[in-house]
Amino acid sequence: MKKKSFVYKVLGALLALPLIPTLAYAFQMEVANRNNYGGLTPQAHWEEVWTEVVWDITILGVVYFVIALFFLLKYRRTGHNQVGKSPRLSGQAILGWVILPCMLFLGDDLFLYVKAFALNNQMREVPADARTVKVTASMWNWNYDYGNGVDTDNELRVPVGKPVIFRMTSDDVIHSHYLDGYHVTEDVMPGRVTWEWVMPVKLGKSVITCREYCGANHSKMYGKLIVMKQADFDTWMAKAKAEAKAGTGRQVAMVDKPGISSNVNKGGKL
Amino acid sequence: MTATTAKTMTATTAKNPHFMGFVGHEPDGKPGWPKTVKEWLFTIDHKVIGMWYLFGALASFAVAGLAAMLMRIELGSVGPDITSDGNVYNLWLTMHGAVMILGFQIPALLGFVANYAVPIMIGAKDMAFPRVNALSVWLLWAGILLALANLVIPDHFNGMWTGYPPYSTNYAGNVGLYSSVVIVLGMASVFGAVNLACTVAFMRCKGMGWFQMPMTVWCVFTANIIQLIFVPVLAASVLLLSMDKYLGFGFYNPESGGDVLLYQNLFWFYSHPAVYVILLPFVGIIFEIFSVSSKNMVFSYKVAVMSVLAFIPASADVWAHHAFVAGLPDWFNMLMSFTTLLISLPFGLVMLSMVGTLYKGAIRYSGPMIWALGAWVMLIFGGLTGIPNALAAVDYGISDSYAIMSHFHYVMAVAGAMATFGAVFYWFPKMTGRICNEMLTKLSGIGFFIGMNVVMAPLYIAGLAGMPRRYMDYQQFADNSTIVNAQHISTIGALITFLSVLLMLVAWIHGMIKGKKSSQNPWGSQSLEWTSTAIIAGQGNFPTPVRVAKDWHPYNYIDNPDPTFQAHPWGQPHAAEPQPAGH
Repeated sequence: MKKKSFVYKVLGALLALPLIPTLAYAFQMEVANRNNYGGLTPQAHWEEVWTEVVWDITILGVVYFVIALFFLLKYRRTGHNQVGKSPRLSGQAILGWVILPCMLFLGDDLFLYVKAFALNNQMREVPADARTVKVTASMWNWNYDYGNGVDTDNELRVPVGKPVIFRMTSDDVIHSHYLDGYHVTEDVMPGRVTWEWVMPVKLGKSVITCREYCGANHSKMYGKLIVMKQADFDTWMAKAKAEAKAGTGRQVAMVDKPGISSNVNKGGKL
Repeated sequence: MTATTAKTMTATTAKNPHFMGFVGHEPDGKPGWPKTVKEWLFTIDHKVIGMWYLFGALASFAVAGLAAMLMRIELGSVGPDITSDGNVYNLWLTMHGAVMILGFQIPALLGFVANYAVPIMIGAKDMAFPRVNALSVWLLWAGILLALANLVIPDHFNGMWTGYPPYSTNYAGNVGLYSSVVIVLGMASVFGAVNLACTVAFMRCKGMGWFQMPMTVWCVFTANIIQLIFVPVLAASVLLLSMDKYLGFGFYNPESGGDVLLYQNLFWFYSHPAVYVILLPFVGIIFEIFSVSSKNMVFSYKVAVMSVLAFIPASADVWAHHAFVAGLPDWFNMLMSFTTLLISLPFGLVMLSMVGTLYKGAIRYSGPMIWALGAWVMLIFGGLTGIPNALAAVDYGISDSYAIMSHFHYVMAVAGAMATFGAVFYWFPKMTGRICNEMLTKLSGIGFFIGMNVVMAPLYIAGLAGMPRRYMDYQQFADNSTIVNAQHISTIGALITFLSVLLMLVAWIHGMIKGKKSSQNPWGSQSLEWTSTAIIAGQGNFPTPVRVAKDWHPYNYIDNPDPTFQAHPWGQPHAAEPQPAGH
């Protein structure tokens, strides 16, 4: 009996072993395909990985819960002096109960890691034709500088189908630039330049928010992203350029924001 | 001092004439709590100190919980509800985070559980350094009072419990108070950690080997080792904040060559391990209650112990997952992403042992078991929602959103609170000699569980819909029905939780006054605190030293040899030293 269970444990462990080479193979495939990504945009790729992760953790959770629920219902105490009768584990059984679950967890970790690695590659590799927009954050404002004398506050206009890279820095404290629907967040810090890029494929408006706590009006530090047709964008840009040259003011679309509250302590620097 | 009083002096005071005010840990043979206020205040008895930790923790829970209620009401609908001032809201938010973590969870788990339960569980008469123990609990109270001072000073600190510069140094108000609170509480933790580690290492009763210790003791011990390793880093990081602001240094100031990211690296180098400092003790409590309630051996006990110990190295190399979106190098993100995923190995094994403990058990659904089960479910939810956060690329989409907030409330805050309150119900007979009404215990536990799920599950969905953390309002998402509805439902859940906490208080007060008198071992445990001492243990815990056999085990319910008592009392009795005449 004891010998038989040991054989089963060893066989089980051997069954789990191919997980590692399989995952290594999958890893290679993912990396080799990294300039393609099945034609997915980064945001669609993110959603695909996210769905896989959610399925993965749901299955893990359901397995744990079903087993626990079964035990909880089945092994209820009936008599006053009843005690539990869990079997005493042999050394091999203990080893089996360490190796098998660890292989399983490690296999699952590697599976998810490979998926996220490929996604990371796509999200951190900027297409060569990306347009650069300089972002300067301050309490509590997003400034977008298009690099040709045009800049806007809290309103970002981009043409559809053209990748955009944001090079971001902050004037005061740490902020974090989040574009709703594109699944990208990147902190914006004083003294450092950080970046993120997006591929807008859908026309329309979406919200830009600050995701790093930055004081009294943190929740009011938002703007909007407007994705336009190329022709509309060109018209708007030409107009904005002319206005910038004539000095008739910036394209400001200030969101209604209450003033800085009186008891914000602005001092502190010696 | 006259000759008459010298004769009546107890042995302890004769030994230590300078500390006559202290109430010692020498066994006096009388079970029960000290009777006078003076004895409670000047105590060096670990159980009384444990109670002071518990009182401090519960007071902190009340303050921070009320702050949470205010925030939930404010967030219940779009637009200002009870305040329109961001500074007021941010003060609530800062107090909620800082007081819950530093004032409630760490003192309740590393203070109350460690001080009250651990020495009795290992058969010790007290902690290794009882006076240091008293020092750490009063330092904790000083820290809590200092933290509460933040509510009344004019330049209150509102830089959140994380205190990221340059916001904290330049705009957040009194950063000196923040540094002081963290350093005072950190000192209390370090004193407590040294004390507990020494107690566990050197004061186990005769015959108790390392692998005969209860899981709670192992977990608290491991958590304290983590504290000892990492707290100095936290103290350094917040000290540099104050040096930057008040002494003109520039560690975190880019204008003078510093770097704002330095703080985040230092801070999370402590504060991620701190998650396990909170997590491990309540994992130990869940083990304890699961095992006692199912009268079953902890499933592969030694592996569970090893997994708990594995958290020490595993927690040390994962800090950067708090900064995946902070512009760290990609290779570093990828490395930390993998090391973070490796946490799933010890965590998974611990969860496996918990489920395995139920296998072929004789499960009784006592009051504490309901709380422990709730904590276990929350721990699973929280653990699993942690996996996406470990993947750097996935984190770009959910970083600093409600999804993160919901995740750590599940894994740390709610699971921890449920296990902590479960522990209070579990040791309630030990503390008061009475058992809480079982119906009230279960009802409040179920209410708390449902309430917190109704709070946190919708917020996870809101986070996926784009809702960022630490917002006092969300007018930019006013037309996003997912977020608006989630916020609304969540506020209802907060009310359910609030009522359950009130019910829990009723259960405690009712239990203290009218509860059924408890037998010596109401849950049928095999652990020393239940089997070998009076229900309310007196000074010195055990009248004479306990001894356990080589094959004794705290989780063996079938053929455990009874602990025996040594004939001679603790140590040698102090001979009354002759007092110099006229002294």
